[in-house]
Amino acid sequence: MCISCGCGNDDAPAPATGAGTPDEHEHVGADGLVYRHAHRHAHGAGAMHSHAPGVTPTRRVQIERDILARNDGLAAANRKCFEEHGVLALNFVSSPGSGKTSLLVRTIAALKEKTPLAVIEGDQQTSLDAERILAAGALAVQINTGKGCHLDADQVRQAVDRLAPPRGALLFIENVGNLVCPAAFDLGEACKVVILSVTEGEDKPLKYPDMFRAAHLLLLNKCDLLPHLDFDVQRVIENARRVNPAIEIMQISAATGSGMEPWLEWLAREQAAVHTRPAENNDARERPQL
Amino acid sequence: MHEMSLMEGVAQIIDEAAQANGFRRVRKVTLEIGQLALVDPEAMRFCFAAVMEDSLAEGAVLEIVDVPGSGWCTPCAASVPMSDIIAACPNCGGYQVQATGGLEMKLSSLEVE
Repeated sequence: MCISCGCGNDDAPAPATGAGTPDEHEHVGADGLVYRHAHRHAHGAGAMHSHAPGVTPTRRVQIERDILARNDGLAAANRKCFEEHGVLALNFVSSPGSGKTSLLVRTIAALKEKTPLAVIEGDQQTSLDAERILAAGALAVQINTGKGCHLDADQVRQAVDRLAPPRGALLFIENVGNLVCPAAFDLGEACKVVILSVTEGEDKPLKYPDMFRAAHLLLLNKCDLLPHLDFDVQRVIENARRVNPAIEIMQISAATGSGMEPWLEWLAREQAAVHTRPAENNDARERPQL
Repeated sequence: MHEMSLMEGVAQIIDEAAQANGFRRVRKVTLEIGQLALVDPEAMRFCFAAVMEDSLAEGAVLEIVDVPGSGWCTPCAASVPMSDIIAACPNCGGYQVQATGGLEMKLSSLEVE
């Protein structure tokens, strides 16, 4: 019986059939008229009732699970795997056309004789970027996300299985060009590196704060074009720090190679940190706070 | 539109819960989405029906409970409400506010039969 309206009790006629939704009732009142009404049910945890034969009682099940739990679990496994193999994994994120691939090509040219390099390329379509990376001299595997707007931890796990980066490798994961969605998906990387080119606006960090909050390092690319542009470097730095006071910022040009030294030094420091990190502390590292 | 992937995550959690709890039909799905979470609740609503089609939650009602954003303002040494991730402190007007609440996106409960 329904305790909200009292229909279906011993004194009232049984509900008529044909109600449109489980919330809807019909019953014949004392005046002989058929009354039809709907009402919201206030169910407490575990409360059950039924209105008519054949309607299954409902119950409430507490779940309390993070929607990203599966991805985060796979990302944690990736991170553990990277750390056990001394692999520094970096997640490169940016809008399309910021120069991620060009920056990787130049970085590979500078480091290929010194350290094993591997790249996972994420794009919706084509293997053009992976071909550029292979030509530059690094291991590369292309993931095509199809309709997908970001890489996820499972795709990265499969790509790593195919790549089999050697112990101590530097692994660059070039995410799909998109300043929104990749911020939400941990891939197991040591940290996110966000690339912003000076041909974009200084207000990008304010417009896409989640991505700039999630990154440890901002590479301001295409700085060779600054003399030709009305772009205020100081303002973009202020905007980035407003969103993420701890973010490191470097000015660079993948086209000319200016500013590469601080970037290569940063990479060397991060690699050294992976190699010296005691194995028993592997699980203690937390993902960057989003 | 990563909300589609997130909703597929919801569908997977429902499948696992169905096995663990032995239900065959979901009438209502309740999500808790923080005001500062990396997700658009309206886009989640948009994806819900498409993702749940042909599943045991087909036709279920989606309820989204908003969780207000909050942060810790360092200069004020106080917890303050935050309407968005780059909001200034309502007391001092500064931006040294670290988000502490309203970042969650979780499946909190199901109404099942």
